[in-house]
Amino acid sequence: MLLTREKDGALASRTVRDGRTGQFRAAAIRLARRNPVAASGVLLLTLVVLLAVFAPLAGTVDPDAISPIHRLRSPSLEHWFGTDSVGRDLYSRIVYGTRVSLLIGFSVAVLSTGIGFLIGLLAGFNRLADALLMRIMDGLMAVPPILLAIALMALSGASVGNVIMAITIAEVPRVTRLVRSVVLTLRDQPFVEAAHAAGTRGWRILFIHILPNTVAPLIVQATYVCASAMIIEAILSFLGAGAPPTVPSWGNIIAEGRTLFLVAPYIVIVPSLFLSVTVLAVNLLGDGMRDALDPRLANRM
Amino acid sequence: MTISSAGMQDAGPVAVETAEPVLRVRDLQTHFFTRDAVVRAVDGVSYEVARGETLGVVGESGCGKSISALSILRLIPSPPGRIVGGEIRFHDQNLLELPMSEMRALRGNRISMIFQDPMTSLNPVMTVGAQLGEALQLHQGLSRAEAEDQAAEMLKMVRISEPERRLREYPHQLSGGMRQRVMIAMALCCKPEVLIADEPTTALDVTVQAQILELINDLREKLGTAVVMITHDLGVVAETAQRVVVMYAGRKVEEALVEDLFDNALHPYTRGLMAAIPSHAPESGDGGRLAEIPGIVPSLGAAMTGCSFAPRCAHATEVCHNEYPPLEEARSRHTVACWHWREFAGDKARP
Repeated sequence: MLLTREKDGALASRTVRDGRTGQFRAAAIRLARRNPVAASGVLLLTLVVLLAVFAPLAGTVDPDAISPIHRLRSPSLEHWFGTDSVGRDLYSRIVYGTRVSLLIGFSVAVLSTGIGFLIGLLAGFNRLADALLMRIMDGLMAVPPILLAIALMALSGASVGNVIMAITIAEVPRVTRLVRSVVLTLRDQPFVEAAHAAGTRGWRILFIHILPNTVAPLIVQATYVCASAMIIEAILSFLGAGAPPTVPSWGNIIAEGRTLFLVAPYIVIVPSLFLSVTVLAVNLLGDGMRDALDPRLANRM
Repeated sequence: MTISSAGMQDAGPVAVETAEPVLRVRDLQTHFFTRDAVVRAVDGVSYEVARGETLGVVGESGCGKSISALSILRLIPSPPGRIVGGEIRFHDQNLLELPMSEMRALRGNRISMIFQDPMTSLNPVMTVGAQLGEALQLHQGLSRAEAEDQAAEMLKMVRISEPERRLREYPHQLSGGMRQRVMIAMALCCKPEVLIADEPTTALDVTVQAQILELINDLREKLGTAVVMITHDLGVVAETAQRVVVMYAGRKVEEALVEDLFDNALHPYTRGLMAAIPSHAPESGDGGRLAEIPGIVPSLGAAMTGCSFAPRCAHATEVCHNEYPPLEEARSRHTVACWHWREFAGDKARP
């Protein structure tokens, strides 16, 4: 509380509001001092999320409004990032594209960790289920995730929902493997044996002793899944197998700018930068959380 | 092949109460069925322990001490392990015949166990209070709040300061000694009749060791618990146990009252263990070199004829290599499995 001079202006205000805010501020400052990498990830990601949520208020115009007279304008005060080949405002399209990317990234992260968690738990605890489920997962993993997603998209047709489904199916096996391996390790831990020796039932051991111990690695994995989902989405859209062309997404914009790269390189460069920075932010957050949640490193304090 | 220790019931002139045993292990055989061999981890072990008594179980690593203890609670991982023979009587129930649900009701309640490594035997993501309270809620049907009060009480009993604060802490915030105290509190919270302590002090440093042993002793006296103290440290045995079982390669090779064992060890293996205790009496050593038992515990997977200690034994003769010695009663309350025990009966185990 003494050191309120932080780079984040909002956090540095000296007025002590209610206890909760104070606590939050203290926690934020502690995070920034102890783990600046994670803090910068949080900061960047917060900015991106705010941009996506308040897209209509961020000085944007209708991202789909075409205006052939204004096509291929260079960045200017009127069009911050210029316009594309049919005169749509690139800034607006990129800001709205943030929504698609984040939606897909978060949905895939939540869905695939959820599904992978259940399957992994089952596989880790039951030999028969293990043999069966893990062979299916091996099969899914044998196909590169992007090819698998393209195949699924070809089957189901272009829509954001289908993109989420396709990437989720491609990501589930990795989460399942992680959860299964963690459960297998935990199952032989002395504290699980101690719980058995204390007369605890099997299912109670699973839910009270094993499940909470899988949460930390799972959360970390979820952030990586989120980042990789955003990249896969961009790749799918770039290849024309992702979000429909009417929905502005970073992949779409890059794909459209590709043919005009020598004339208007900013059409490709700016959304690529947004994609990179967002993925970087998510990964930084993941790394930071891994450091914070890893019990082997937690002791150093 | 193993003569059960019938002589144990003889009322000796020794000042240890010979109450009805609470726990009686008879001819226990726990084998592990691996791909290429049957490992006879415990091969016909018998011992018993009475209320308020401490039985020391001694032996090198890998001689079946821990497996015999886990067998009592039926915690042998299966497959590959299986209890193939014998009997474990707790009062008048044979634990090997109990259904799993009744076994679970006993575990942690009437028979409990302290594990070797306090660092990994506590769940890192549960508070001390939650883990302590678990057995209480499970076995005594206490509510969460009652369990918490009781848990604080237990922490006080194992002499942890500020129990209310400790209850809210996580295991990584406690020192090794404190964690072992928490483990002891967990094991004792339901006032068990039998406490199995599997090398409870191995992971602790010497000063803490003494405190923990003293604590177990005090609680045993206070609660009348029967303690099975598994250890490879004869010092621990000397400090805590009244009676000692020496195990080698899955079998009991010697059993005696503790003073008797230290004065008159009859089995060459026991004598070897005694000689290997570091002593600081300079005149006794030849240049201070510590005695050792040559060789290692044999692989229990190999088929064995004869005494399992014979390959390492300086006194081994032909009969030792060919036939396993019977467990004989050398004197009152002192049994030994060695063909040559009579030759050692006269001289002292320790110079």
